[in-house]
Amino acid sequence: MKAWLRSDGRKGIRNIVVVAYLVECAHHVAREIAWSLRENDVHTIGFPGCYPNEYAQKMMEQLCTHPNVGAVLLVSLGCENFNKLALSHAVRKSGRPLNTITIQATGGTRASINAGREWVAAQRAALDAAPTVDMDVSELIVGTVCGGSDGTSGITGNPAAGRAFDMLIEQGAACIFEETGELIGCEHIMAARAATPALAVEIEGAVAKAARYYAAMGYGSFSSGNADGGLSTIEEKSMGAYAKSGRSPIVGMIKPGDVPVKGGLYLLDVVPDGDIRFGYPNINDNAEIAELIACGSHVVLFVTGRGSVVGSAISPVIKICANPETYRRMADDMDVDAGRILDGEAGLDDVGTEIRDLVLALGSGARTRSEELGHQEFILTYKSFEPIGPACLPA
Amino acid sequence: MDTRLLLLDPRDNVVVVRAHLAAGDAVLIDNSEHVIGAPVAMAHKLARRDIASGEKVLKYGAPIGVATTDIPAGAHVHVHNMRSDYTPSFVLPKEAEAS
Repeated sequence: MKAWLRSDGRKGIRNIVVVAYLVECAHHVAREIAWSLRENDVHTIGFPGCYPNEYAQKMMEQLCTHPNVGAVLLVSLGCENFNKLALSHAVRKSGRPLNTITIQATGGTRASINAGREWVAAQRAALDAAPTVDMDVSELIVGTVCGGSDGTSGITGNPAAGRAFDMLIEQGAACIFEETGELIGCEHIMAARAATPALAVEIEGAVAKAARYYAAMGYGSFSSGNADGGLSTIEEKSMGAYAKSGRSPIVGMIKPGDVPVKGGLYLLDVVPDGDIRFGYPNINDNAEIAELIACGSHVVLFVTGRGSVVGSAISPVIKICANPETYRRMADDMDVDAGRILDGEAGLDDVGTEIRDLVLALGSGARTRSEELGHQEFILTYKSFEPIGPACLPA
Repeated sequence: MDTRLLLLDPRDNVVVVRAHLAAGDAVLIDNSEHVIGAPVAMAHKLARRDIASGEKVLKYGAPIGVATTDIPAGAHVHVHNMRSDYTPSFVLPKEAEAS
């Protein structure tokens, strides 16, 4: 694979210019700046809230210094509470080109858009001329998520993604699976795969926290489309989702924005700690994808049965279609046809190998369907977390 | 086992439907024939044997919830006759019920 080397030693398989709004009031200006260059790896991310939040601050810092990001433009209204000095300091320290446009100081919408477009175009040109270095599989971080799941997801797409995880981990990569709220019912078999007894206790505790949290919200992480697709309960959905993790030992459990320190399989705990303050943990699939990327994921494997179309800002999303009928309807949106397994035309290892090969191809210039179609979804909302304990990380 | 059905684990008391089944279709589960009463969509579940109300429903060899009524072998097993042991499943009303 070819990649761009960053000052922290991490390597990126994309060289994105990020335009980040720091409150919803600056969103329009940021979007207008990025729009004309959206097909040239200029992506918009941001945080809509005006109240300060440590989680959002950490997410924005990790996203703006993600290895796939080459330059950062911050767009501030001017009176919001987001700590833009801390964010700009983190980006500058990372060695990336940085500019901050404060709309109130720049003279309003039009002047800010013009100044932003000029800066972004100059950065784009500079990044396009930047040299690349070789990148090994052991330097990769890959996340996985499932969305729009149905009864096929747990039989075809998720176990195939799990096989790809096993192959990548064998080659030294770090792989992250997540949504503890969608692992409810699997806590005991999952804890049995923990690398240490202390980590097993942490994993069971994280799922118990998720079960309490969702019980208080009144519903599990379960949509009406899941039921149409043959899933009856959160436990059934969980068992299918769990198959994405493959068969490797679980070496660590991290929280959003924590980057794996070495290769192996990690569980991402996405359910907030403490009292229930900000509503549902992840209000949609892209909230989970953004967290996987904030944990350093270069690529995200997205398994869908009903047929999700989303991609993401910053990191490419590989869409693995579990359901053969959905694939026939939506092939243009899908990178991998895992429904062949249900039709008896391919085995789990065949599709797992195909997914692994596609991950590596993305590091050599290939693009995903959602990238080709211009998808750059992004969402970030309020949460609160305690730091992870020492038992959560591999020795 | 009928090739239109999948048994994911020998401990399971449900099987997964690999293709759509129409009302009147006959399927073979563990050598006994069952006639499908109403259409069953791909990836939904049929009872492999009689499941008593209150009994765990097993898929992938693991409990995925509990039967809320007696479910006869061959019947569609879904949100109408089973529930989660954790949190309720949200299901939108069908068009006829919503209007």
